[in-house]
Amino acid sequence: MTDASADVVATTSRWSPRVRRIMGFLGVLVVVVVIWELYKVVGKALGGVVPGTELRLRPPPDDRIMPHTWDVVLQLFRPVRRNGELTVLLLGKAALFTLREAFVGFVVGGLVGFGLGVAFVRSTLAERAFMPYVVASQTVPIIAIAPMVVVWGGKLDIPQWLSVAIIAAYLTFFPVTINTVRGLRSPAPTAMEMMRSYAASPSQVLWKLQVPAALPYIFTALKVSATASVIGAIVGELPAGFRDGLARALLEFSQQFNAEKLLAAILMSAIAGILFVGIVTWFEHRLVAAAHRQE
Amino acid sequence: MSDAVVVARGVGKVFGTDTDRVEALRGIDLQIARGEFISLIGPSGCGKSTLLRLIGDLLQPSAGELVVNGKPPRQARLDRDYGIVFQQPTLLDWRTVRANVELPLEIMGVAREERAARAEEMLALVQLAEFADHHPWQLSGGMQQRVAIARALGFRPALLLMDEPFGALDEMTRELMQQELLRIWTETETTVVFVTHSIPEAVFLSTRVVVMSPRPGRISAVIDVPLAHPRDVETRESDDYYRLITEVREALRRGETGEGRR
Repeated sequence: MTDASADVVATTSRWSPRVRRIMGFLGVLVVVVVIWELYKVVGKALGGVVPGTELRLRPPPDDRIMPHTWDVVLQLFRPVRRNGELTVLLLGKAALFTLREAFVGFVVGGLVGFGLGVAFVRSTLAERAFMPYVVASQTVPIIAIAPMVVVWGGKLDIPQWLSVAIIAAYLTFFPVTINTVRGLRSPAPTAMEMMRSYAASPSQVLWKLQVPAALPYIFTALKVSATASVIGAIVGELPAGFRDGLARALLEFSQQFNAEKLLAAILMSAIAGILFVGIVTWFEHRLVAAAHRQE
Repeated sequence: MSDAVVVARGVGKVFGTDTDRVEALRGIDLQIARGEFISLIGPSGCGKSTLLRLIGDLLQPSAGELVVNGKPPRQARLDRDYGIVFQQPTLLDWRTVRANVELPLEIMGVAREERAARAEEMLALVQLAEFADHHPWQLSGGMQQRVAIARALGFRPALLLMDEPFGALDEMTRELMQQELLRIWTETETTVVFVTHSIPEAVFLSTRVVVMSPRPGRISAVIDVPLAHPRDVETRESDDYYRLITEVREALRRGETGEGRR
């Protein structure tokens, strides 16, 4: 029983679980920074080649390609261009812009995914008929679809950010569908027999038994979808050619061959994703963990 | 006959397709009068759980006639004439104990105050009133089964179906639960159909024991259990108790070897 052993560890350590979690996170961060810098130091000392060969070290340890970790952080507090605003401000606004699209796509994709999951469980015919197409939809590279969606959206006079949100929804709905189906089918057969013995209607069985049982599975999918929706939004912004948004920042910095700015932008994108998943997890704890603590 | 809660005539059940038939039950003739406590006992695969589910309209018979509470089983189920308890308590982890007991009442559309009152009443009956606001995982196996029983009786059905409800409990808890169940049975005057593997359990609890034979399941004997009520620890140590256990055991053996089949 992992829960019991976790409690045992907690009582023997003198720090609270929360402090230990934060320390663990910082510890890993320190290790990553140390490995990065160590690689640079050793790589430079070796002259940028694998010892005893002519093979060049990849990634190259020189400062242009692999800036020092502190340089990346410092870049955040420098202006993004001459007389421009601070990098961190630009990226922060870009992240918010992208997060808004991602969030709308997340909500739409989540609802669609849930709806499909319920439909597939209600009707095996629907599941057999449509599931292959649902799966196939995810194998098409999003980079190919995104420009098409933006163009069609323009023809239909849909605001561009909404087209991007649709692309985000496209990447969001699949994990939710799959996990909803799994979760709705998770109750034991005797639980279903019990509902039948009460002459419960199909919608009563759905809302009183199947959906609550499915929530842990659905939230797992929502965490995956949170990050997928951010990626979908960034990919969608590219063909839309937005000035704001993370895609533009990433594209510009990569075209400038500026590693510090690019890595700073990547860092901000990662933080956006982490925040989003954090919010979903917070909701999960409120709605699910209290009830499902045994699992 | 007039006050029979369950009447079965020639009931049979076959599973599977033409090429892969499994005959679970054959020619079941049984009448259960109101207020009885009937045990169904037999080896694995003898169809006792199947018969229980036929009574509850969780399965439909392939042959014969089955009347539950004067109606077809389907109508009895729609009218919520019975409650059912399985081997696993099947409580909903995200609901409190009280909300679990209220579940069937919610489904039936009973008003909130009445639901709460009935739940209180049933939890008091199974002596778990202090645990009403706990969650199922905070209770032991025996306590969870008591909640399952409270839930099954909350809407005061005429009939209580039980499928090896104490099978997952240890022996001592089991004996306590048997005692509890008899007390509840007396207080609520429900008719009980109880499936079990355990001969002592069947004898201790029942007014009659129905012994079934291996697949295809048939009734090989019906044994009266005239032990006095209330039954308790002394009953378990009486000569009559042991004699009846032996009688049931021998009926089981005869059923398995095919002698003296009904």
